This record gives sequence, structure tokens and C-alpha cells, in this order.
Amino acid sequence: MKFTIPEEALKTIQTRALAVLIGFALGAILILATGNNPITAYVSLFNGIFGSVYSITETLVKTIPLLLAGLGMAIAFRCKVINIGGEGQIYMGALGATFLALTFGGAPAIVLFPLSLVGGFLGGGVWAAIPGILKAKIKVNEILTSMMMNFVAILFVSYLITGSGPMHDPLSLGWATSPPISSSIRLPILLPRSRLHAGLFIAILSVFIVYALLEKTTLGYEIKAVGTNPEAARVSGINVTRAVIISMLLSGGFAGLAGMVEVFGVQYRLVGGFSVNYGYTAIMVALLGKLNPLGTTLSALLFGALIVGADTMARQTGVAIFIAYTLQGLIVITAVAFEHLKRQDLAPLISWIKKKRGNKSG
Amino acid sequence: MDFLTGLLVSAFQLATPYLLAAQGEVYAERSGVMNLGVEGMMVMGAFAALFGTLATGNLGVGILLTFIVGAFLGLVMAFLSVTLRSNQVIIGITLSSMIGWSLVAYLLRMAYGGSNIKCPTLQNICIPILRQIPVLGPALFEQNILTYLAVFSTPILALVLSRTTIGLKIKATGENPRASETMGLNVYLIRYLCVIFGGIMAALGGAALMIGYVGVFHENVIAGRGWIAITLVILGRWSPVGVLGVSLLFGSIEALQWRLQVLGVGIPYEFLLMLPYLLAIVILVIIARKAGAPASLGLPYTREEK
Amino acid sequence: MKIPQTVDKLRKKITKTVFRKEEKPEQDLNPIKKMELGSPVIKMEQITKRFPGVLANDHIDFEVRKGEIHALLGENGAGKTTLMNVLYGLYQPDEGNIFIGGERVELKSPLDAIKLGIGMVHQHFMLISVFTVAENVALGLKLSEIFLNVDRIKEEIDELSSRYGLKVDPRTKIWQLSVGEQQRVEIIKALSQGADLLILDEPTSVLTPQEVKELFTTLRSMTDQGLSIIFITHKLDEVLSISDRITVLRNGKVVSVVETSKTNKKELARMMVGRTVLFELSKPPLNKGNVILKVDDLWALSDKGLNALRSVSFDVCEGEILGIAGVAGNGQSELIEVITGLRKATRGKVFINGRDMTNHSPKEIIEQKVTYIPEDRVTEGLILDFTVADNLILKNFSSHPFSNRGLLNDKEVKRFADELISEFDVKTPSAYTPTKNLSGGNLQKLLLARELSQTPHLLIAAQPTKGLDVGASEYIRKKLIEQRGKGTAILLVSEDLDELLALSDRVAVMYEGEVTGLIERKKVSIEEIGLMMTGAKKM
Repeated sequence: MKFTIPEEALKTIQTRALAVLIGFALGAILILATGNNPITAYVSLFNGIFGSVYSITETLVKTIPLLLAGLGMAIAFRCKVINIGGEGQIYMGALGATFLALTFGGAPAIVLFPLSLVGGFLGGGVWAAIPGILKAKIKVNEILTSMMMNFVAILFVSYLITGSGPMHDPLSLGWATSPPISSSIRLPILLPRSRLHAGLFIAILSVFIVYALLEKTTLGYEIKAVGTNPEAARVSGINVTRAVIISMLLSGGFAGLAGMVEVFGVQYRLVGGFSVNYGYTAIMVALLGKLNPLGTTLSALLFGALIVGADTMARQTGVAIFIAYTLQGLIVITAVAFEHLKRQDLAPLISWIKKKRGNKSG
Repeated sequence: MDFLTGLLVSAFQLATPYLLAAQGEVYAERSGVMNLGVEGMMVMGAFAALFGTLATGNLGVGILLTFIVGAFLGLVMAFLSVTLRSNQVIIGITLSSMIGWSLVAYLLRMAYGGSNIKCPTLQNICIPILRQIPVLGPALFEQNILTYLAVFSTPILALVLSRTTIGLKIKATGENPRASETMGLNVYLIRYLCVIFGGIMAALGGAALMIGYVGVFHENVIAGRGWIAITLVILGRWSPVGVLGVSLLFGSIEALQWRLQVLGVGIPYEFLLMLPYLLAIVILVIIARKAGAPASLGLPYTREEK
Repeated sequence: MKIPQTVDKLRKKITKTVFRKEEKPEQDLNPIKKMELGSPVIKMEQITKRFPGVLANDHIDFEVRKGEIHALLGENGAGKTTLMNVLYGLYQPDEGNIFIGGERVELKSPLDAIKLGIGMVHQHFMLISVFTVAENVALGLKLSEIFLNVDRIKEEIDELSSRYGLKVDPRTKIWQLSVGEQQRVEIIKALSQGADLLILDEPTSVLTPQEVKELFTTLRSMTDQGLSIIFITHKLDEVLSISDRITVLRNGKVVSVVETSKTNKKELARMMVGRTVLFELSKPPLNKGNVILKVDDLWALSDKGLNALRSVSFDVCEGEILGIAGVAGNGQSELIEVITGLRKATRGKVFINGRDMTNHSPKEIIEQKVTYIPEDRVTEGLILDFTVADNLILKNFSSHPFSNRGLLNDKEVKRFADELISEFDVKTPSAYTPTKNLSGGNLQKLLLARELSQTPHLLIAAQPTKGLDVGASEYIRKKLIEQRGKGTAILLVSEDLDELLALSDRVAVMYEGEVTGLIERKKVSIEEIGLMMTGAKKM
């Protein structure tokens, strides 16, 4: 299959770049509003990203779960299934993988690791399949159901790992966490004195897998057909119900993998709050990346970098790290706001503005 | 105060955030705009109430600020959805899942240096005589001003929608904007007004939570109530009276859940906290067959579409 | 509920200051009312309107006289609706002037047009289906009261009803009304807003022959009472029977303006199309073979849960075209959906190639070599965001040779696509062009290419030429006859009676879910079919 016309890709990159600029400008206003200097803040931000080898590895560490979950969200969105349950699916994936890893802790790594991967994928996949089935079979709004499932998942995991919960690590006293997983299945660190782990390979591999899925398989064809014109797909014999459910299963699966990779590569235990809204950020990542694997990768890198830089910025200039997430949201809104706009749509607005200006001077 | 009366008082109190936000969303959706940013608007409204109150020591100023913030957010949402015709779903989700909590978290840290900020809560305004009605008296007549607003605005909102020309125009805009336009209605204006109204109500809902009874603020205090409010609009069949009913239901669930926690029933408190979310899903499934949404909900509209 | 005077005065003052709007005095000085019979009530001069990629109206001059029925004739896409949308204030012209009642006006929205006495009944009704008739009418009136006074509106509706003979119950909800009744509501709506000039956009495309007669009677009674009418259509027979004058548009320009009494069908057709049009279709003699499709005692429910099909039985043989006649909404869509597997049959059977395919999945039915040209070809038949090649394999992408064990074979797909593109002369830069870049005509060809390339046993065509211009329609009809010659059984559903009768070997008429007539084309007249379409007769 040939690539899309380069012209369209160029246009997308242009609008995204513009959105980033506008986002930063709006962010600067917010920083000013709280009495800080946006210039120093942003300089600190950039230094935070590019300042050292460690910070670059940190960006990659943050990018890995965003990319995996982002790929997952992209699959669902391609099928026009609006999965906003990524956060919950990350938790359930982490849970599934950790549970298997702890339960069968004695097994050899060659068995335990793939098992944990499967546990992670299925944990998130099944969690996402529930709203998927509800949507496909009885037309329940998947936005609301998947969002509700987030809260249920987080509360459920919290129950399991806090004080009296069945998966709580008795050695960690008050801390809400599970026991650590065996060191044989932990993802090895790739660069000494950094946190960059082998989950990177899983993420990169997933990019290619998702690309192949969407572009080269009949399943991908079905998913895209249902996503762009479900009526025509149905008339042509495609099983729309099946496509919706499978796309959700895969979507949650990759989100679940993100959760698994965070546990097995960074935390080594299932600990409360391990996902700093990765699930929601993943939605932004997929949207900004225009739902394709390459765009998603670039967006994940961008957003990962933003968080890492903001961490430095927070420490150096006192501008709270949360502004980075706001920036991410502003960038996405700006990017999306202008997407469907054609010049003629603005015509009535422009002529209205002109008229008002004319009234004032006339 | 016996168990039932106390439960009802709590139910009304806890229902208020849901109710305010949901009523606003009813009007927005009836006019054809799906505002998924309710959660974000609620948390920002709650922060506005906090900020206004702490800055001036006056709860009234807090509510005023909430009004302004809500109207502004509604205006932004309207501009993006109606004028720019952007994807309403994406805008709403971004506002609720990213910008809402992060902006508030940022402002909390910058203004107060941390989270879990305390603030005063509203006093109850007790209506004499009426408050003595058995069972329902305290629930209906010993509440704060925002609860009164939420409960007693319901019949007005219902009346406007069903019996007035404005209500007819709003409904027409939501059902068939093209037809409404040809009949001389200003679809853009009606949608703008309804979405701004929705924004104000959502923000007030957040404020109701903050200065109504919680009194302690952190960026996750809304905990999905905005999303439940959107669900309540569906469950209440886009009718203000229906929404009142389901809001009270969820208020009661929350009230019950707190009492069960205190009583130490043996169910882990996380499961009790899950109840509202699970209930929302269950009810969505039950009523799935019968839709009833305004026909043009969520679809952008242009005048000069060929 | 009328508001007390003092409150009303206060309200007016607030309205004036807050919204900076004056309320119009009760009596509208409608310029059209003042004119004499025969003088031009509206004049459009050099109207030009552009859309991206198309010049819809090209310096058009158009004039209507008081008391006349003026037909605006042209093919689909000639610019008729655009011109009227400009007159009604929905679009603003890029160039040109509009004069109403002799005065130059600027119409910024339908509100302005309505105020000046212009009313429009659109081709696709602008009604709120969940509202009642009264509520729809109320919406159009400039009501200053806060509360709805439904009784007063009902009175007004009844008055208009009786004055012009438009019978309708104000209390019913729009979705409960028949299409003809809905049209009456549209007319009443326009009249209640004070219309003296009524624009009707393709009003007869949804009516039975009897309803058309009733409409024409109503129109005559209106012009007798001083109203003027603009009648947009592409149907020559109607134009000749109802109008006083005709303006013919072609490709956005005015071709000519003639007195109806002084012209004929052939001349009008030539002006409309720009060349001589054949009204006869040459069809080779019928060569019937085996029964391909057999439908037996079929029952099915509509989306609303009512019976859409009642004991429908018929068959279609190799090499024959069975045409289903009937006004839209009498079960034809549901029938097609049941046959193609998109809707459940509650009773009865569907046999294809001798096998019982009742309630099988769409995929299995497609595997029986059943192809389908849907009514809404682009929405139901094509995926515009896909490439041309991807659309061509939409029905068989999961089978050999296009895929193998779930993996697509791009080379085979390209080969197949290139073949079809050349065979059906689809104009596209490449097989990988996004389908949305193709012109309307080429989209049709693309769809046909896909459906016909499989040498189907059964071809179902629903409104195959709806919305197409004469050239594209001719092409599709030719292709259908070609397929018939190749032995395909064809089930044709068409609201265009002329087309149906020209193409079909046998005709089945549907009314309220029943087959009220099943007869050879040669043995039935158009009047008899019209009667069967209203259930008044069975054959």
C-alpha cells in the first residue's frame, strides 16, 4: 500500500506545529498570571529536556507508556469507538501482569515473562471489551461507560494493594503497594545510570505491529471501514459488532501493556498512583498523532518530553509541573479546533468582524 | 434526627452538584450541543469558589466568581463547538480529562503552595414552619442556598422548556437546526446561550460541592461527578424533572454509602465508593433500548452547507 | 397567556435596550400585497452564486408576476434550488440584485424573506418530526408572548386549512403524518407567516398521481386568491399541465423564458438538456430463465415496530427486470433490507438460487452473488475516505485472491482495481486516489463497476438514478439492460414511474407493505398503477 499523499502529511505537521506554538503562548499567559516569568520557565523547560543524557533517557522512559497506550487509543478511535477508559485499562493491565507474576513467581523467567505480557494485554483488553460489547450489542454510549470503568478500576486496584487488601505487601507497612516482582522478569536497564528499560523495545515493536495490523490485514481493513462508514461496511457484509468489540479488545490490550511495562520496567511493583494520568494523556497523544502509528510516536515523544522538562522547570523556577499537562490539553484543542475548518467557514465570522470594525470607524 | 430524615437531608445536599451540572447540560444538549467538558467546568467552578472566598473572605464573592468562570468556559466551549464546528467530543474530553484538573492543580500550588486547601462552607438557610414537615421538611427547607437553587429551579427550567416559546425554539434547534434556520431561528445564538448556561450551571455544581459541604479542596475532588451528570441527562430523558429524580437517586446512593462506611458494614470502602459509577453503567444498560436524544445532538451545523 | 400591559411595556423597553432591536409593529407593510395582478412581484437581476469548484448561478435574470404559476425547470444541478435559496435568504448572492414589490432588498436570512412575504416549501421538508403540526407552525410565527398559546395557533391553522383546502389535524405529530400531509403542513406554515409568494421545490417527487392532482387544485385556488407561485421541477409533463410561464435553467444560466401555452415537451427537453433527448429506451426481448429470487409470504417490522411487510410474495427470474412501484415508505426499503440480510424477517422465506437464505448474514447473501446498488449510493455503498482500490474490494476483501489468512494481497488488489477502472472508464488519477476526490458521476461508475464486475446472479437496484443528471441516468439504465441481457435477475425499486415502466418486464406495486399488484408491464396502464399505489385497486 502506498503512503498517503505527502501533501496531506505536510499540512498536518504544519497545523500541529502551529498548535504547539499557540499552546505555548497560552501557557505563557497562564504562567504570567501567577506572577512568574514565562521566558525563564520555558528556558528551564527546554534545558530540562535536552540538558543531559539522563534527561533524554527520562523522556524515553515517559514516552514508552504513552506510546503503548496511545497506540491502543488509536486503534479504537480508528473504529470510531471513543475509548476514554485508557487509565483504567492501564491499571487493569498492570494488575493482570503483576498478579500472574506474583502468583507464579517460582516459574522460570522464560515462561513467566510471556505469561505476564499476556496477563497485561488481557487485563486491559478485557476491561476495554466490556464497554465495547455494551456498545456493539446494545448501543450503550461507550464514552460514559469507559469513563466510569476508570474509577472502578482505580478503586479496585487501590483496594487490592492498600493496608488490608489481599495484594498488599506486608513489608511495606503503610504504603499502598504490592510485593515486588521477581528480578528475573524485570525489564533490564538499557543504559547504566538511567531508568531507560527494555520496555522501549516492546513499544517500538508495537508500533510496527499496529501499523501492520491497520494497513496489511483484513481485520485492519474492517476496523477502518467501520470507523469511516459503518453503514456501507454493514451493507457490504462486514460484521460491525465484531469489529467494534475486537478494536476495543486490542485498544485496551495495548493500554494494558503500557501498565505492565511501567510495573516491570520502572516500579517493579504494583504501587498506587503509578500512572500519572497516562491513560488520558494517551488519548491526546493519539488524537494529535492523527491516529496513525508514526504520528502517535511523535506525539508521545513530544508529550513525554514536556513532562520531563516541566519537572526540571518546576524545581528550578517554581512553576508547578501541572502546567505541562495543561499545555498538552491546550495544544490538542488548538490542533483539533482548526482541523475541520475551511476558509469559507470563517467567512461569516470574518465579515461580521469587518462589519463591526466598519461600524466603529464609519 | 432519625435515619431516614438524615439520609434525605444528605441526599439532597449530595445531589446538588449533580443536579446543577445536569440541568445545565440538559439545556445544552437540548439545543444540540454535547458538552463533555462538564467535569472540567465543575472542577474549575469549584476552584473559582475557593479562590473567590479565600481572597475576600466572602462566600458570595466566591459564587460570583464561579458564575464568571462558568460563563467564560461555556463561551469558549460554544465558540469551539458552534462557530468553529470542532469535534465536540474531543474538545469536551480534553477539557475534562486534561485541562480541568491540571490547570486547577497548577493554580492550587501557585496560589496556595499545595493541595488540600480548606475553605469555609455555606450556612444552611432554614425556612421556619416548612422545615417542620415530617420526613421531608429538613431535607427541603434546611439547606444552603445552592441546594435551594438547584431544587427549586427545576420546575422553572421544566416549564420554560415545555410551555414557552423560548423552550420551543431551543428544542427545535436541537432536533433540526436546518429547519429551524429556515423558520427564521438564529441557531448559533440559541446554542451559544444554552452552552453558556450549561457552563454556568456546571461551575455552580462544582462550587456546590466545595463550599456546599466538602470544604477541602484538591484537584480530584470532583471524582467523576461531571461524567455522572452527563449520564444523568440521559437517564433523566433530557427533562429537568427527570434529572431531578435521578440526581436525588445518586445523592441518596452517596449518602447511603457514607453511612455504610461509618457503620463499618464490613464491605471495603473502595467498593462502596464504586457504587455510583457501577450504578451509572447498570442504568445505562437498562435503558439502552429507548433513546430519545435530540436528533442533531453532537453534530456541527453550518448555515451555508450545500 | 397575555401579559398585563405595564409589564409588556417594560418588557419592550428592556428588549429595545438590551438587544438593540425594535419590535416590528403589528401590521407588516408587505410590498407584494400592494401590487396588481400581472405585475412583477419579484425580480432577480444578474444573480451570481459561487461555491468551491462550481458556479451554481451565472448572472441569472428571473421574474415572477402576481397571480401566476411560474415553473423553474432544469436538470439536477442546473442551479434551480440555489437560486431559490438566494431568494429565500438562505444564501447571499455574490453578485446581482433582488427586487421585491418593486423595491431593492437585501436578504440576509430567511427572516428577511419571510417578512417580505416569501415562503418556501423545501424538497426535504423542514419540519421537526417530534413536534406537532401546531408546534411547527408556532415556530415560524414571530410570537412575542412568553407562553405558547396553542389554541390560537390551532384556530389559525384551521382557518388556512379551509380557505385553501389543505386538510390536516393540528394536534398530530409530524412523524405520524403521510408525506402528502407533511407537505400540506409545510404550505400552511408558509402561509401562516404571511406568504404571498410561495416557492415549491420539487413538490411532486414524493406524491402519488392522485395527490399530485390534489396539490395542483390547491395551487390553482391559491393563485385565484392572488398568491403567486414558483414551481421548481424537472418533470416536463407537470410543467406543461400546471404552469403559466416557464424559465429553463441549464448549467447555472437561463436558457429561455417561455409561455407554457406556446411550447411543447420536445422543445422544453431540448432547452433543458441542450440536445435532443430520446424518451424511449430500446430493450431487447425478454429471455427468461430460472427463478433466482423467490420471496414467499414475507413479513417484517419497521424501525417503529409496525408491520412494514405483509405477506409479500413474488419471484424474479434470470434475465428479467422486476420493478417495484410505490410511493416511498410503503415497505420497499424494508423489503430490500430483508432480502440483503440487513433486516430480520418475522415470517416467511427468502430463497436465492434455490437456497433458503432467510435471515442469513449480509456476507452469506453476498456470497450467493447478490449485488446491491443502494439508494444513497455514496453513503451506503462507498467509503469516501478509502482509496478507489479499497472501495472496489469492499465486498470481497476477505476472500481469495485479495487476502490470504487475514493478510491483504496488495498486488492482486491493484491488478483488480486497474482492470475495473479501465473497463468501466472511471476517471481517476490512480487506483490509490482517495475516493472523495472523484466527481459524482465517477462515483456512480465506481459503484457500478464493483457491483457488476462480479457477474451477479441477482442485482438489486434501489432508486438507481435518483439525483443524477440525464447523462448519468442514461448510462446506468443502459448498464441495467446490459446486465439483464447477460442473464442477471434484477429487482428494481424506483419512484420514477417513467423509468420503472421503461425498464421493467414485470411490475409489482407496493402499498402499506402489501403487494397490491403483480403484473406484466405490457398488460397494465400508468393510471392503473397509480391506483394500485394508493391501494384503491388490486391486480
